[in-house]
Amino acid sequence: MLGVRSCATIAEAAGILSGDRQAVLLGGGTLVMRDVNEGRLTEGTLVRITDPAFRQMSTGGPRIELGAGVTMAQVLASRELAFLHPAARAIGGPAIRTMATVGGNLFAAAPYGDFTVALLALDAQIVLQAGYGTGRGVPLEEFLAGRDRGSVSGLVAGVQFSRPANPGEFHFRKVSRVKPKGISVLSIAAHLPLQGGRVAQPRIAYGAMAPTPIRARGVERVLDGKALDAAAIQAARQAALEGCRPATDAIASEWYRREVLPIHLGRLLAGEPR
Amino acid sequence: MAKIPVQFRLNGSDRAAFVDAQETLLNTLRRGLGDFSPKYGCGQGTCGVCSVLVDGEPQLSCLTLSVACEGRHVETAAGLADGPNLHPLQAAFMDHFAAQCGFCTPGMLTAARALLAKNPSPSRDDVIEAISGNICRCTGYEPIVAAILAAASAPGARRA
Amino acid sequence: MLEMRKDIFADERDDNLNVIGKGLQRQDAPGHVTGRTRYFDDHAFEGMLHLKVVRSPHAHARIRSIDISAAERAPGVKRVLRGADVPVNKNTLLSLINFGKDDEPTLAVDKVRYKGEPVVAILADSEAQALAARKLVRIDYEPLPTVFDVEEALKPGAPVVNETYPGNYFEYHERFDHQKLRFGDVERAFSGADIVMEHRYQMSPIEHAPTETNGTIAAPEQNGRFVVHSCAQGLFFALGTTAKIVDVESNRLHFIGGTVGGGFGGKVDSLTEPLAVLGAMLTGKPVRFVLDREEEMLYGSPRGAERIYIKDGVMRDGRIVARYIRSYFDAGAYTRLSSYAAIKCTAHVPGPYWIPNVASDIYVAYTNRCPSTAMRGFGVTAVDFALEVQMDRLAEAASMDPMEFRILNAYRDGDMKPHRRAAKNTALVECVQVAAEKANWPLSEQAKRQSSLTGGAGERGQIPATTVDTKGQIGRPETRTGTATQTLPAGTARIPLSKQPVMEGARDGRAAPTQVPRYEPARPAAAATPAYAPPPYQPASPPAAPSYQPAPPPVSAPASPAQTQHGAVRFSSVFGTRRR
Repeated sequence: MLGVRSCATIAEAAGILSGDRQAVLLGGGTLVMRDVNEGRLTEGTLVRITDPAFRQMSTGGPRIELGAGVTMAQVLASRELAFLHPAARAIGGPAIRTMATVGGNLFAAAPYGDFTVALLALDAQIVLQAGYGTGRGVPLEEFLAGRDRGSVSGLVAGVQFSRPANPGEFHFRKVSRVKPKGISVLSIAAHLPLQGGRVAQPRIAYGAMAPTPIRARGVERVLDGKALDAAAIQAARQAALEGCRPATDAIASEWYRREVLPIHLGRLLAGEPR
Repeated sequence: MAKIPVQFRLNGSDRAAFVDAQETLLNTLRRGLGDFSPKYGCGQGTCGVCSVLVDGEPQLSCLTLSVACEGRHVETAAGLADGPNLHPLQAAFMDHFAAQCGFCTPGMLTAARALLAKNPSPSRDDVIEAISGNICRCTGYEPIVAAILAAASAPGARRA
Repeated sequence: MLEMRKDIFADERDDNLNVIGKGLQRQDAPGHVTGRTRYFDDHAFEGMLHLKVVRSPHAHARIRSIDISAAERAPGVKRVLRGADVPVNKNTLLSLINFGKDDEPTLAVDKVRYKGEPVVAILADSEAQALAARKLVRIDYEPLPTVFDVEEALKPGAPVVNETYPGNYFEYHERFDHQKLRFGDVERAFSGADIVMEHRYQMSPIEHAPTETNGTIAAPEQNGRFVVHSCAQGLFFALGTTAKIVDVESNRLHFIGGTVGGGFGGKVDSLTEPLAVLGAMLTGKPVRFVLDREEEMLYGSPRGAERIYIKDGVMRDGRIVARYIRSYFDAGAYTRLSSYAAIKCTAHVPGPYWIPNVASDIYVAYTNRCPSTAMRGFGVTAVDFALEVQMDRLAEAASMDPMEFRILNAYRDGDMKPHRRAAKNTALVECVQVAAEKANWPLSEQAKRQSSLTGGAGERGQIPATTVDTKGQIGRPETRTGTATQTLPAGTARIPLSKQPVMEGARDGRAAPTQVPRYEPARPAAAATPAYAPPPYQPASPPAAPSYQPAPPPVSAPASPAQTQHGAVRFSSVFGTRRR
């Protein structure tokens, strides 16, 4: 049978999680409680964190820090995080957004996890707390690469990233079949800083195009130093599928995802509507 | 299995229950306290028929631990009417034939109530966004949207 | 918004009705908006147990052994059920009207035939305890070869899915492998057609996805009775099915229901009632058995997939002169309602069009997939989709506007349908005209002048000479590929049944309440007897009648006291309407 532990501090929860392999951190409940309701999770301990620090946001400065327990509704309520609102609004309906957390989204298996795609394009860093020690920073990409292997251990206490100098240069798109809201066929986040009319060190990330959100290295490479003209967009479309390993699931087939990704990427880069 | 005591306000009245550690708010409301207005539809956050308000915010009771509701204020569709008087949303749902099988109706009303509390004059798009987490499998969305828009312009609609 | 076109068929309309045409508040609306409407699950019982089933992970496998000992000892578990605990562990839904053979266990015994088939049921104090104990059941399976394709399933040597039907097809009247329709001579008409076109259409299974999943709460009442709160769409159908499976008189079951959180056809299979009642009988406690969402989506039976081949012959002027349809219903592993779906499909052929030569062969095939069942117009919806896509293709091939092509070929009042019934209240012509108008689709003046009230009947109201298979015994397995060898003369209304159903006490076409039509056992056909003899038939109007006359009344051989019956009539009495 399952038990529940409510922890007043993040450190206490991290200690339980490091000492008990059957302990599971419960964030907003949208992932873990589903497994409970469907009988996949029947033994162990659900660990809750009531520490206010877990839900704290620091959004005023150039370096933004979000506690892992920050909800999508909190992100949407913050004017400083307006550039992240399209990504936060892509997560479920209002009730889900009251519950779903930034930290939980990092663990959502494809085709879920759209907010993490935005964080990846922001080159975010995860703050990991192992046991009762202090937190250490891990690049989000590294964390995701090891997520399903379980090679990154510790409690995710929060995420940090730099505010885009020009929020208008940050773009997010979720492609779903059900309107206005559905599960992702795919999602794309792109940070395209312009210097003298040319893209400088772009970061582009995809959701649902691999088991975890991934960076679109090929696209970043062909766009770097180029103006966003028709030729560059064409080159980006041709490089779009580099590194992609999309799944066939109930939402879309692998074939379909491969077919439509370059089209949606091209539209995003050209500033055209979906 | 040791039960855990939980107390919270339900539709304005203090309630207490002994729950299992992993028990969901949905089960406590239905099986423990006899409020059958929130329904089980999916247990995975897809359908919205278990929607309730916790401290005024919409939440899915099938994904919420009861022990996490200690001291909170929970509101369900059963608490929407003011005694024998229907809430404007309820009247509008009747007037606009916004219920077919009726199973999604309590969740729709709860989502609409949360919307109107924050946004008393929503646009059609606002309404669609507000009920985007609630599935009506009878696909009666148009009457539901019309009912919510009509209720928004009715007197007393913001009454929480 | 809704618009009533009262100008069309105005003389057939009565606007002085009390309810129809008026906006009335639904009587269940106050309950819905206050959350007080009680669905099956909205009932509290002290000491209620929760039932969860262990399902097969294999599409086809022999069960070597089942070990429930650990599950029985698990916390909170009150009882664990296997197939041997089910009093009548073999049923088919339509056995209530003596249609089809019992072919489906409530809990699998010797083998499993689809992924997700229930094998073991666990009753525990809480849902969580039942779910935890479910993991402790050990079942040893020996996987068997599978078949998932309807046409593969019908080939010789295919794995036998369901031993009750060893040919992998449903046996109509215990001998015919499909539903057959013959009207005129399609082969001759194809050879004379300007264009012949054949296409294949493949549908997917569709889950009803009701927001309320399937479920039941059953509890002991007084005097040995059980109260059953059921999600069933057909409450008395579920009652009869449950009474049979748990082997009690139906008056011991007190079914309460009718308030359904979405059904769409997905709540007619009695998926949860029998085990809930059986659990309540064996434990003496209230028992709740509710499918979770994943079970509902994967193992609640879907609309069956259909494969449909349509072959049409069209003249250059756009008239369709022949249509042949071959279709395969994917029943999945058990019959449920697929046998009925194929009859409905046959009754719908060739769609709402008048075509002088029509033939169809509709099969129900068993595969190792989840059993399929009713869903909103099942048996009709898929073939309609295929037919209308085909109509667009034919219109293009004939270089005609698709709307005008439909008006040209639409059936009209008085036309003889391939089932030997004259069409009435057809109205397709007017529907197309209004649809074109609403879509700003230009129609020719000639098409706008057409009416469903005129142009039908006459020669179109006659039954043509019709070819049938060897000996007139259509559709036997060995004649599946047989060619037409005999022709029924024009005007033949009914192909005689090889077995005569007997309906005693039938007068004016209605059966006495207690009497259910039963088939006599099949009589071996005497070799010397001519297998086919046309029945005595008196047409109500002479074949060469120059103008439309009312359709002949349903043919019942006046000389014979026995009322002939066929599937459609018997089904409609079950599903609430009698079409006569």
